[in-house]
Amino acid sequence: MSSNDLKLKAHLLRRAGFGASPKELDQVSDKSYEDIVEDLLHPDRAEEINMDYIKRYNPELRYPDTHPLHAGFWIWRMINTKKPLEEKIALFWHHVFATAWYKGEHTPSQIEQIETFRRNGLSNIKQILNDLAKDPAMNYWLDNCENHSDQPNENWGRELLELFSMGVGNYTEEDIKQASRAFTGWTFEQPLPLYPYGNYETKFVFDESDHDFGEKTFLGRTGDFNGEDIIDIICEERATALFICRHLYNFFVEDEPQIPAWSIEPPRNPEAIDQMIDVLMSNDGEMVPLLRFVFNSEFFKDSMYKKVKNPCELIAGTLKLTGTYGIMPKQGEEVGKLYGIGSVMGQALMNPPTVEGWHTGHEWIDGGTLNERVNFAVNQFNDMSVPGLSDIISRLGDRVKASELLDKCLDIIGPFELGKQAYDALSEYAEAVGDLDLTNEASIEQNNEYIARMVQLILSTREYQFA
Amino acid sequence: MTTVTKKDPVFVVVQLSGGNDFMNTLVPYSNHRYYDNRKFLNIAPEDVLPLDNTLGWHPEMAPFKELYDRGMVAVVQGIGYPDSNRSHFRGMDIMHTCTPHEVSTIGWLGTVIEQMDPGKENPLTGVNFGVGLPRAMSKAGVPVTSVSNLDEYGLMSGLAAEDQRDKALKIFKDMYAQAIGSGPVMDYLSRTGSDVITGADMIKVAPEQYESTVEYGDSQIAKSLRDVARVHTADLGTRIFYTQQGGYDTHANQLPSQPGLFRDLSRAVNDFFADLEEHDADDNVVMLIFSEFGRRIADNGSGTDHGSGGGAYLVGKPVVGGLYSEYPSLEPDKWAKGEDLEHTIDFRGIYGTILEQWLGLEASPIVYGNFEQIHPFKNS
Repeated sequence: MSSNDLKLKAHLLRRAGFGASPKELDQVSDKSYEDIVEDLLHPDRAEEINMDYIKRYNPELRYPDTHPLHAGFWIWRMINTKKPLEEKIALFWHHVFATAWYKGEHTPSQIEQIETFRRNGLSNIKQILNDLAKDPAMNYWLDNCENHSDQPNENWGRELLELFSMGVGNYTEEDIKQASRAFTGWTFEQPLPLYPYGNYETKFVFDESDHDFGEKTFLGRTGDFNGEDIIDIICEERATALFICRHLYNFFVEDEPQIPAWSIEPPRNPEAIDQMIDVLMSNDGEMVPLLRFVFNSEFFKDSMYKKVKNPCELIAGTLKLTGTYGIMPKQGEEVGKLYGIGSVMGQALMNPPTVEGWHTGHEWIDGGTLNERVNFAVNQFNDMSVPGLSDIISRLGDRVKASELLDKCLDIIGPFELGKQAYDALSEYAEAVGDLDLTNEASIEQNNEYIARMVQLILSTREYQFA
Repeated sequence: MTTVTKKDPVFVVVQLSGGNDFMNTLVPYSNHRYYDNRKFLNIAPEDVLPLDNTLGWHPEMAPFKELYDRGMVAVVQGIGYPDSNRSHFRGMDIMHTCTPHEVSTIGWLGTVIEQMDPGKENPLTGVNFGVGLPRAMSKAGVPVTSVSNLDEYGLMSGLAAEDQRDKALKIFKDMYAQAIGSGPVMDYLSRTGSDVITGADMIKVAPEQYESTVEYGDSQIAKSLRDVARVHTADLGTRIFYTQQGGYDTHANQLPSQPGLFRDLSRAVNDFFADLEEHDADDNVVMLIFSEFGRRIADNGSGTDHGSGGGAYLVGKPVVGGLYSEYPSLEPDKWAKGEDLEHTIDFRGIYGTILEQWLGLEASPIVYGNFEQIHPFKNS
């Protein structure tokens, strides 16, 4: 297998998942790129994640009360899952259908929403939008529980069209009103009160007595539409396919201008978007054929490092490399901490700032978050006993010449490419370190700090900020 | 511009996170409605530190009362925003972005910092102490420094040995050097990386040159305010400081927890101003202490649930002390939603007061409108 092949596989696993440790890359070394894509697209082929230990060491996870704990637990799943695309697509839909805990302060429904994205995220646009319309967290977040037959509330109807399916400019204010009428009576069962025993789950209910059964005209079609009919019509529109494909391209392929600019800024790669739209529409909105097309496309393969990592990608990818926060937790590895790390980098999971979701691309980065990103990655390799460091050292061989150290490290932790400035600066460092003897335990102990430092410096580069 | 000093005016924000119970901060101890509704959670008339014959400070706020008695505290009674929905996050967002009816990501102080340093020359114009930048200070393209630990601030701060850290930083600078043709995002990363290094380089002199006889208490807010004092007295051009004290979400166990918070806060604020006075650095500093909302009028047996209508405080030598605006009415027919204090002044008017009368900036583009202001500054 050529190293170019391996680079491509690593690229695929960074985008369709959260990166791969050297061991995980070994596991796919005999598989063709196309076979790896198929495995990713079929999460049912992989084994379930073993959660016994993490739950035993984080007993509070049994209670669906604290969202930071469960959001951190999600990052733990990103690190340890054998079904990376299942978690990645859930994160994708969380980005698009941004629902925040802070309004409802009801953790069980937030957890359930992400579970729904895991379950249906690779299914069909129609299915996904229908599940979303019936999702209690979304229902409360956009006030559809306040959308009554005698007094419609348009918040959900508006955002469904503007932010979740078609995008501005493709419908009228009247269409919003009519769509909102169709979703009257779509609400949720009142959960048991919070006090004294904590949060209880809730579920969707259709309140017939509060539904407007009258005739509606939506996007030129007329009928006594219910919410499902509205979603059927939305899914027939090319605008919806365009909207979903731009989101998908921005998330999986290459940073795009942010969504408020979409009505004025064309896609970076209009040809790719057109092809994606055709695939999506000719497959009746099925996600799997679309993602298969994307991952196997030339534009995807050419997009290496054209996307700034979101904080989840940075955190999970780095912790895969250190081998910490694994199936068997070590002292101090409380999952809630992972939420905090993401928050200070600007991604409080399950708690996005607004219904527009996070601004992505270079907007992830400001002085404060760059400081957090760099220091987080560097600090993971301060401890010489992390399993990932021994693994890197064992892969370096017995003796490493100064001239080989950088290339070898880049190969092991990537395979990874650096621009000229970073490459030159790190070559200089390797030169200063000199040849390293790694033949026995004593010499390793003497030299492991140099290797850890090299890894730390690689993880602090501008290039490492990209996926 | 109407400031009392030739030095550039400096503004310090202390955010009490969680929703502070205003009624148990400045207690209406002569009003029977207070005791009727606070059957469990009340401060007895004999325990308050009287401000006048109707209001008294919480007994743990003696050091704060001392500042008030010296005429350094303007109490803004009944600050709030329209249609409070009692969410912490929404409440904070509203107070951070000045947009009660829509969601915005532009922080009001982000705009202030941008106007103070349009050329982005000083990354220390705005400094936050704490983990994570508050939205009040964020605005796309505006560099702000956020410090979780002043003594360990900066890139590579996790590397223990100083010589190792210096070497790593030198390599970092080389790796982040700008180069032609690397693209706009790489350029942006270069600039941001170099801002962080510049900011950290500048700010590290603060702990080195700081000396003081003031001994702060052992609380997080004391530590943060000492950090503010260290950076302010180092004269690095910082105009906006931000920090917070958490823990005010006292649904339960308010009785044991609130006094500790007040003890820490009032001592820290008092120490902070003593420290500035010792450095002759207090005549251009005004502090705003605020919280995202007040709490429910009636207690719930062990705590108080989210409410609205709270209090804010402007503190400093340039301030004309006293009571401003009106204490929210405790008469049931005046309650908001039938159970909350109704605010008597919009927070955007208080921000406007600070912007126009202290910082010399036009308020309406920042708070989006004209709101009733107060006049709490000398010579204004």
